[in-house]
Amino acid sequence: MVDSAILSPTTGTTTPAVDAVPPKLEVRDLTIRYGDAVALRGVNLSIREHEIFGIIGPANAGKTSFLKAVNRMDVFTTGMRVAGEIRFNGRDTRRLNNVYALRSRIGVVFPLPVGLPMTVYENVALSPRLRGIKEKAELDVIVQRCLTRAALWDEVKDRLHALGSLLSGGQQQRLTIARALSQEPDLLMLDEFSIAVDPVTTMRIEDVLKELRKEVTIILVTNLVQQARRLADRTAFFLGGECVEIGVTEDLFTGEVKDQRTRDYVEGRFG
Amino acid sequence: MATANPTMFQASDLNHHNERVQKRYRLLFGLMTLLLITPVLLILGTLVVKGGGAISWEFLLTAPTDGMRTGGLFPALLGTIWLVTVALLLSVPIGIFAAIYLSEYAGDNWFTRTINLAIINLAGVPSIVHALFGLGAFVLFFKFGTSILAASLTLAVMTMPVVIVATRESLQAVPQAFREACWNMGATRWQTIRRVVLPNSITGILTGVILEVSRTAGETAPIMFTGAVFFTPFLPQSVFDQTMALSLHLFVTATQVPGIADEVPFGVALVLIGLVLTMNSVSIAFRMWLRGKKKW
Amino acid sequence: MGTSTQALSGRATDTQAAADFDRRNLDWYVDKLIAVIVFVCGISAILFVLGIFFFVTKEGIGFVFEKMDFREFFLTPYWSPSDAEDPEYGILALMAGTASVTGLAMLVAVPFSLGAAIFIAEFASGKTREALKVLVELLAAIPSVVWGFIGLVIMNPLLIKWFDIPVGLCVLNAGIILGLMAAPIMTSIAEDALKAVPDRYREAAEAMGATRWQVIYKVVLPAAKNGLLGGVLLGVGRGFGETMAVLMATGHAVNIPGSIFDSVRALTATIAAELGEAVVGGEHYQVLFTIGIFLFLVTFIINLSADLIVRGIRKG
Repeated sequence: MVDSAILSPTTGTTTPAVDAVPPKLEVRDLTIRYGDAVALRGVNLSIREHEIFGIIGPANAGKTSFLKAVNRMDVFTTGMRVAGEIRFNGRDTRRLNNVYALRSRIGVVFPLPVGLPMTVYENVALSPRLRGIKEKAELDVIVQRCLTRAALWDEVKDRLHALGSLLSGGQQQRLTIARALSQEPDLLMLDEFSIAVDPVTTMRIEDVLKELRKEVTIILVTNLVQQARRLADRTAFFLGGECVEIGVTEDLFTGEVKDQRTRDYVEGRFG
Repeated sequence: MATANPTMFQASDLNHHNERVQKRYRLLFGLMTLLLITPVLLILGTLVVKGGGAISWEFLLTAPTDGMRTGGLFPALLGTIWLVTVALLLSVPIGIFAAIYLSEYAGDNWFTRTINLAIINLAGVPSIVHALFGLGAFVLFFKFGTSILAASLTLAVMTMPVVIVATRESLQAVPQAFREACWNMGATRWQTIRRVVLPNSITGILTGVILEVSRTAGETAPIMFTGAVFFTPFLPQSVFDQTMALSLHLFVTATQVPGIADEVPFGVALVLIGLVLTMNSVSIAFRMWLRGKKKW
Repeated sequence: MGTSTQALSGRATDTQAAADFDRRNLDWYVDKLIAVIVFVCGISAILFVLGIFFFVTKEGIGFVFEKMDFREFFLTPYWSPSDAEDPEYGILALMAGTASVTGLAMLVAVPFSLGAAIFIAEFASGKTREALKVLVELLAAIPSVVWGFIGLVIMNPLLIKWFDIPVGLCVLNAGIILGLMAAPIMTSIAEDALKAVPDRYREAAEAMGATRWQVIYKVVLPAAKNGLLGGVLLGVGRGFGETMAVLMATGHAVNIPGSIFDSVRALTATIAAELGEAVVGGEHYQVLFTIGIFLFLVTFIINLSADLIVRGIRKG
């Protein structure tokens, strides 16, 4: 990996220590349209390995569209068109023969928890099975490991064969995280995961994320500015389909911002 | 409702009047419903009374004798089983795949609307036109002759909409969020369908299949010129044989056999309708059981 | 979190993963193959409809181009196809037979099925509602040959006794039978249409003090208008295309009916009764297929309009 690749036009932060790590995800001139409507325009950013990258912004800022584009869900979304370049591990994701292989390396957690209508065990074993792992013993290990990492194992270990879709909201959200971890992902993307979850569960999941950052890169889209402050190393501020600012999270909160709108949003003056 | 109803405190004359009018309309429409259903139930009762005497193991398991005036209906029953089985083997897979296409792949555009219109038309074209099609296409053009194969193909084309519509409905009842969750994990469309969508709609699909059995078993016109015959002394050995069929047997015993005892066609009608209504009841019971055990 | 020492994975390194992005595995090909199969099955419905039109036309077109006199065919009531010297092919009487039976059936079925639909959708509740719906569904499943049989052996003697007529196989008999046949289908379509009217309409009207009937009459029925009309049209299509029941209950006499006690013969029944005797490829045979083309086109138009009308509500 070439160090200069990290010098994306808008990040500006070029501390040498950070540059040493090659970028996990690199986005250039990303523009997303739905029909005639533009959801995101001209975004440039790069995300380093093992960082938690926060994305904050009000509704309709283009945050979710951004995640969808990274995961190449545009293929399955009618009317969604993506222009620009997204490089994952240095590979242009628009020129892949097998987008499924890409998606299987990226775990996604949705705003509303989606427990698939199968047992807790099956929920977590699904992704390994899709990869071709058939042996029960091996699956057992993966299921236990992922549920444990998602701080759910103790609560469900006695009912692994109950329906996952009938767990409580907070449990389902952690189940979703366990499922994302079962993909053994390279990149974990969370989209406003705490919307439908109680504060206690939110704190537990945040703890999980802090642990996980040692192994995976995390993109954390959040509507809670303070959540980004608690977790993210760097944070981008999206507004109305535009990436207004990217910076070290603490800078955004201490007022070291380049754009007045960022300060206003962070300080809760709108949005 | 009663305690919160503001009309309680209003002039009660108007209120009483409204209530009376209300009751009257309820009665009127209730009566209409009753009038619609009662004759049919009476007729079904008559069938049971008049045909019940004919039903016996012998009636079900022997062939007609004495120019179809006496004996049983076994060859017709067996023929119907042949016809339905072959028709379903053809229409169920195609129907389910077609429904999967419509529910999981097709976009909302003119092409999909054309397919939907075609399905409505397949179901709406008169059964005798299906018979003409079966004769022209399967019997003559593809040279299957009048055979179970030709008749079953005709039936398959005609009743496929039943399976398509039922399958599509139960596929669409699976929330989109499940599919998206699965896609995001790197599952292909087919993996998603096979692992998440189908397991959660299979019972609904089965309901449709049972319904199609009932529809197929009752059809008469489409098989008249394509594979079913009034009488044959032979039981079918392969799909290229002709066969008797229950529905046609009812038509024949009711109209074509002079001097037949009343009991025989009533018995045939009772067996046919019993078969069809049992299938439908199973399908309905299945659906209700299904509604009871939702997974989300 | 004492478990943090458990590594997340021993999965492929980045370079291997990057290679995976380019490798199309078995699942990828299976997915593509299924997409093709499913598409082919999806368009099969279109192919079948085209196939029906093609093969019916193929067998009947000879007559249409060579011998057919449109005026004679549609406007004369003389149907004697088996006359060796001078066969006549006028379908006016057959059309009159079909029209009279279908018309009477609608007269019987439309008010009653609408009434039943209103009762089921707006008045009945709980168990009654469920039971009625199941009953209607079961009635819709009775095969047409059974209906024909009922017309022949149950309705026939009843009509003779009640109205003192020589033959009970007539427009009235077939009309009632066809009406009873079409009613369950029309009831369930009408009920769907009524149920499709959002509850907030009803609530809004009720909040203004309207009685249940006023709500139905002024709000629900107008809102469900298109769906109801579509249901009636489908019922008409059903009656028009019905074969076995009309074959057995009309008396099967070529006749322009003067009263509901006259025997008639329907277009569909004519094909069913005569196709067996017609020589394949012969003139009579071709004429029967020509009637088939006509039936196909008419039902096509009926179904198309019903679809357009019903879709009208969804859009609007």
